[in-house]
Amino acid sequence: MLLRHTPETNTEKTALTVNPAKTCQPVGAMYAALGIHNCLPHSHGSQGCCAYHRSALTRHYKDPIMATTSSFTEGASVFGGQANLMESIHNIFTIYSPDIIAVHTTCLSEVIGDDLKQIINKAAAEGKIPAGKRVIHTNTPSFKGSHVTGFANMTQSMVQYLSESTGKKTGRINVIPGFVEPSDMEEIKRIAAEMGVKTVVFPDTSGVVNSPLEGKFRMYPKGGTVVEDIISAGDSTATLALGRLASLPAAKLLDTKCKVPLFPLDLPIGLRATDAFVDQLRKTAGVSVPESIMVERGQVVDVLTDMHQYFYRKTAALVGDPDHLVSLVQFLTDLDMKITSVVTGTPGGPKFEKAVRACTGDETFVKSGAGADMFLFHQLVKQRKPDLIFGNTYAKYIARDEDIPLIRIGFPIYDRVGHQYFPIVGYRGALRLLEKILTALLDRQDRDAPEESFELVM
Amino acid sequence: MTIKTDKEPAMRADREADLAEVRKEILDKYPVKVARRRAKQIVVNKVAPDGTVPEILSNTRTIPGILTMRGCAYAGCKGVVLGPTRDILQITHGPIGCGFYSWLTRRNQTRPERSEDQNFMTYAMSTDMQEEEIIFGGEKKLKKAIEEAIELFHPKAIGIFSTCPVGLIGDDIHAVAREMEEKYPDVNIFGFSCEGYKGVSQSAGHHIANNKVFTEVVGQLETPKEGRFRLNILGEYNIGGDAFEIERITDKCGLTLHSTFSGNSVYDEFASAHTADLNVLMCHRSINYMAEMMEKRYGIPWLKINFIGANATAKSLRKIAAYFDDQGLKDAVEKVISEEMEEVEKVRLEVRQRCEGKLAMLFVGGSRAHHYQELFAEIGMKTISAGYEFGHRDDYEGRKVIPSIVMDADTRNIEELTVGPDAERYRPRKGPEELEDLRDKGAVFSEYEGMMAEMDENTLVIDDLNHHEMEVLIERYKPDVFCAGIKEKYVIQKAGIPLKQLHSYDYSGPYAGFRGAVNFYREIDRMVNSHIFRFVKAPWQENPELSGSYGWNE
Repeated sequence: MLLRHTPETNTEKTALTVNPAKTCQPVGAMYAALGIHNCLPHSHGSQGCCAYHRSALTRHYKDPIMATTSSFTEGASVFGGQANLMESIHNIFTIYSPDIIAVHTTCLSEVIGDDLKQIINKAAAEGKIPAGKRVIHTNTPSFKGSHVTGFANMTQSMVQYLSESTGKKTGRINVIPGFVEPSDMEEIKRIAAEMGVKTVVFPDTSGVVNSPLEGKFRMYPKGGTVVEDIISAGDSTATLALGRLASLPAAKLLDTKCKVPLFPLDLPIGLRATDAFVDQLRKTAGVSVPESIMVERGQVVDVLTDMHQYFYRKTAALVGDPDHLVSLVQFLTDLDMKITSVVTGTPGGPKFEKAVRACTGDETFVKSGAGADMFLFHQLVKQRKPDLIFGNTYAKYIARDEDIPLIRIGFPIYDRVGHQYFPIVGYRGALRLLEKILTALLDRQDRDAPEESFELVM
Repeated sequence: MTIKTDKEPAMRADREADLAEVRKEILDKYPVKVARRRAKQIVVNKVAPDGTVPEILSNTRTIPGILTMRGCAYAGCKGVVLGPTRDILQITHGPIGCGFYSWLTRRNQTRPERSEDQNFMTYAMSTDMQEEEIIFGGEKKLKKAIEEAIELFHPKAIGIFSTCPVGLIGDDIHAVAREMEEKYPDVNIFGFSCEGYKGVSQSAGHHIANNKVFTEVVGQLETPKEGRFRLNILGEYNIGGDAFEIERITDKCGLTLHSTFSGNSVYDEFASAHTADLNVLMCHRSINYMAEMMEKRYGIPWLKINFIGANATAKSLRKIAAYFDDQGLKDAVEKVISEEMEEVEKVRLEVRQRCEGKLAMLFVGGSRAHHYQELFAEIGMKTISAGYEFGHRDDYEGRKVIPSIVMDADTRNIEELTVGPDAERYRPRKGPEELEDLRDKGAVFSEYEGMMAEMDENTLVIDDLNHHEMEVLIERYKPDVFCAGIKEKYVIQKAGIPLKQLHSYDYSGPYAGFRGAVNFYREIDRMVNSHIFRFVKAPWQENPELSGSYGWNE
């Protein structure tokens, strides 16, 4: 037993987090920054943070993750990080020549209270930012929120620093895709293109953290939203914000700053959430849904009805990020599965709990924020023995100890590939999810069946 | 039996490049201030007949804004040194990130003897500090967290690890540790002030870890293990099961491994480590402090050994046998070496045919960039450039330069313990005459040669390599394999060159000892001779010119 010290009965903990179901803001900010074309993310603090975040993202994407750090030592911690950031900006533009540097703070620079806006202005005034180049920043104190909050904050800062309204509308629709995989961002763009809708999707990490091997290292791969598009987001017709936690803050700011109306939606994971996304896209852009999309949708419904007996009344426990969980829970309950417990370390607030309960009812255990860790999740799994677990790679220890199949969803996934390349959003994503779930359930049935009832056709 | 690794020309003719020119190309891109500093950290290797090598600047601050390979003091302390210990419960005091990122990612394997033994390796514990603790202080929450941890897990020891904000807001983790120890006298509770901003790299964290483990743990238990030849291995962290292989070999030789600092280790072994008769040092960078302090306080001599490479393993075993100076042990060691070398030789000669003359570059950690050159040499591969991520001058130039290392502010901030002989327990393991006699026979105590003395002339030694320099190196030399860590892996591979991670072994291993050598030979053979990188260019890219061909011509 790998987690043999975890008892079955719930234990009250108020100060100790054991096996967290979240991580800190800056890693989310770094990931979001990678979704701008020709952008170098910069971590303002001591270099360990940057090393950890780059390692985590590298292990998850199995691709280069470039980011710099202010490399604070004891002196900078006492006297402030201004000198380090000024020197960083100068070195970065001289050596790596990005179009834009996206700075995020760390615990350290937050506690000493570095005023990033002021430092960036000073760097500009002293000519350390070459003409046509930009430096933006966001505040990501690690003692608040989680990696999801960090992603949301950096995305909001893109709007704050870049988006402008010129009064001349472009007729495009902004889509803020949320903290999802590059494959998911790609799929969102594909669906919009298939429907003939012109969009600005940001941030967009597709082509950045799942880039091809071509025999040449590119510091700035071909993907990412170009700065001009983020600027012009202020002239778009509307904004679709996918996921309340990751995308709403940026969408709201676009509304306040540039008067672009917003439509909050769930992440388009599963049938109903994708329907809502497609429908909103249709209405907002004034287009009709093409036959090709209808075919994709029909195929999902087809598999769902063909295999319904395998989903019906199966139970699942989920741990992950709130935006994902809300949509996943909806999809699984639509399949007539039962949800035993839902846990996220990210503070999701009462709205999160309400959204989950709207699908599951009161029997499901739901907890987010303080005290919601994987230790608790494991205890719930022990008590309620679900048929499936949904979670990131760390859940594999629970899955092994309790002998329950794990569907890998979320961040980080260190031990499998696929998330970079195959979406879970949209109808095709729903199909992939169905395949993953069925494979897990049917493999289990095959493994456990007595010989006389071992089935060839299932 | 020893493997022959003949000296050959340092580089293949078609890949030879003017080192001075490469150096210039690297430096030209930098702002003047950066170039001036980096120039002292990029050295063309020369070894004088008396073994003297050029001076290299190292263990110096990372340049702000540079794409660095380095981590922080917390990573060195909690991740590297204490991480591999399975029954010391470790609480990260700080916001959630640090605890999360150091959770299982170091890949330290451990093997409890019985299934009911304590093993906290799979747990990450943190106080997950929130804004209010940053404002009002986090000591109260830390105390509560310790109480909860004791109630749930009943550990015999708890280590507390400080993260950056803890140092800034002034939480006194050591006072909390003392107070909680009074409340729970059966639990040894101690804190590590390993805030990430301390020092210039992970190296600061190693020193902080050593100090605390020495003052709070070593010497707490008087329970020597049975055995005639008892030793501790320092600086072996059981990545990929290396310590398991080393234990297999030492057992086979009849040696008693008292404790490993800290691969596959337990608290009780640390606590009684001072009862052993010899310390051998594997990664000297991370733990030479411990060897020195144990010698001063308890009288245990130390030897530098290296179990990476078949030759190196054989040589190290002989060194240990020579120290104990027992004919039976010496015979046993020779027997083990000749038995084990049979399989090693078979694979080595086969692999060497395919790897001879190929080029390697190594930029890793503290001692690995040095040790792994042995393994490459055994299959005829050349290391044309190497350096450490967090080494000090003695790692490059040899321990003899320590007195001439200039103390800077960042190093001065790391506590240096003054250690003297223990009033009751100081016991020199060898008398002065015995030591002299051993020295006459060639034993070398308290000493290690640096990397440069053992590297070929006209190779490039680079301290604290960064991304830009790495790109220039691969562009100019096109090595057959590059060794570094996860952050570098895919950068290099996008250029079509395989990268071997030497921090995690790419989830393979072990590479230490004899069986480890065999694993490594096969692994490198796979990497440098595999077909996969031949697919980087599509056929139409290899021959882009168009020529007409019509069906009816054929």
